[in-house]
Amino acid sequence: MPVLRRLVFVLCIFGPIAPAWAVAVDTPLDDPLLEARARAIHKQLRCLVCQNQSIEDSNAGLARDLRILVRDRISAGDSDAAAIGYIVERYGDWVLLQPPVKGRTVLLWLGPMLFLLLAVVLILRWYRRRSGVTATAAAAPLSVDEQARLKALLDDREQS
Amino acid sequence: MSEPTLEPSSEGRPRSVWLRFVPLAVALIIGAFLLVGLGLRPKEIPSAMIGKAVPVFDLPALPGRPKGLKTADLKGQVSLVNVFASWCVSCRAEHPLFMKLKGEGILPVHGVNYKDEGPAAVEWLRRHGDPYDRIGSDLKGRVGIDWGVYGVPETFLINAEGRIVCKHIGPVMEADLRDKLLPAIKSLRQARAAQC
Repeated sequence: MPVLRRLVFVLCIFGPIAPAWAVAVDTPLDDPLLEARARAIHKQLRCLVCQNQSIEDSNAGLARDLRILVRDRISAGDSDAAAIGYIVERYGDWVLLQPPVKGRTVLLWLGPMLFLLLAVVLILRWYRRRSGVTATAAAAPLSVDEQARLKALLDDREQS
Repeated sequence: MSEPTLEPSSEGRPRSVWLRFVPLAVALIIGAFLLVGLGLRPKEIPSAMIGKAVPVFDLPALPGRPKGLKTADLKGQVSLVNVFASWCVSCRAEHPLFMKLKGEGILPVHGVNYKDEGPAAVEWLRRHGDPYDRIGSDLKGRVGIDWGVYGVPETFLINAEGRIVCKHIGPVMEADLRDKLLPAIKSLRQARAAQC
């Protein structure tokens, strides 16, 4: 399969540099610890332009501005919570990829668990009912005599 | 020898008639969610700035223009702040409307020139007209972030105390002005609470 082999070759060459493009435009902080903290925050913030990416992954202009802003706050001595709070103050909870647990978001957080619970209950009930039926059927297999009676009954019903 | 086995549920255990409506109910519920979802605009992110005081900022003027824009300029009267840029295509769509607002002298419109280049913005205003009372030049977009701007154009309605009453995302069209902004401006003038 020369085509597949060529494709694998191309992926091997270009695959590893793809993530490097994402940060190529940014100047990282000199202190690797601070940079790591900033990067961790970038991953938690949602890009407002592309909406389903974090600002770490997005190459939108605003995402870049926000990355720089987070780096500035971190190097100015902000805690992680303060840096995130700074942006939430301006853009709302919407920018958090992981929404906080609040009165309004309780259903969002508990919803999946409620549905799972409901599914488990329904499946258990269904399973119990089914296994009950098969158990009685297995306990008393029909004798030849009974099968004849059953057939007679069924035929009788079909005629009426 | 393969006799049909009896369905236990059809005879022994009568099932509720209501069960057959379950699929319909589920479809209706999902349909209701989809119907509501059709009317939502996920591109318009609710602003966290509504009701808050205008952020503290002080932006320089565009080259060759006398007046920049700062927090204190937005106190004392109802005004609009329009975030625009010469590279922004839909800004051109709403521009004639701001020219009209200026011509009719309804209220001062201020501009925040967002991540633009000074000369390009000046040229753009020369070509399309300049409806702005004051223009602050936000070259890096940092003040834009303080306002919670995430796209251009955006337009903020500011009350006389310098608080953000509402924000319009995207170009302001005739209907937006007529149905949203002007009624809100009117009630602000009569010192009533307004929203839009």
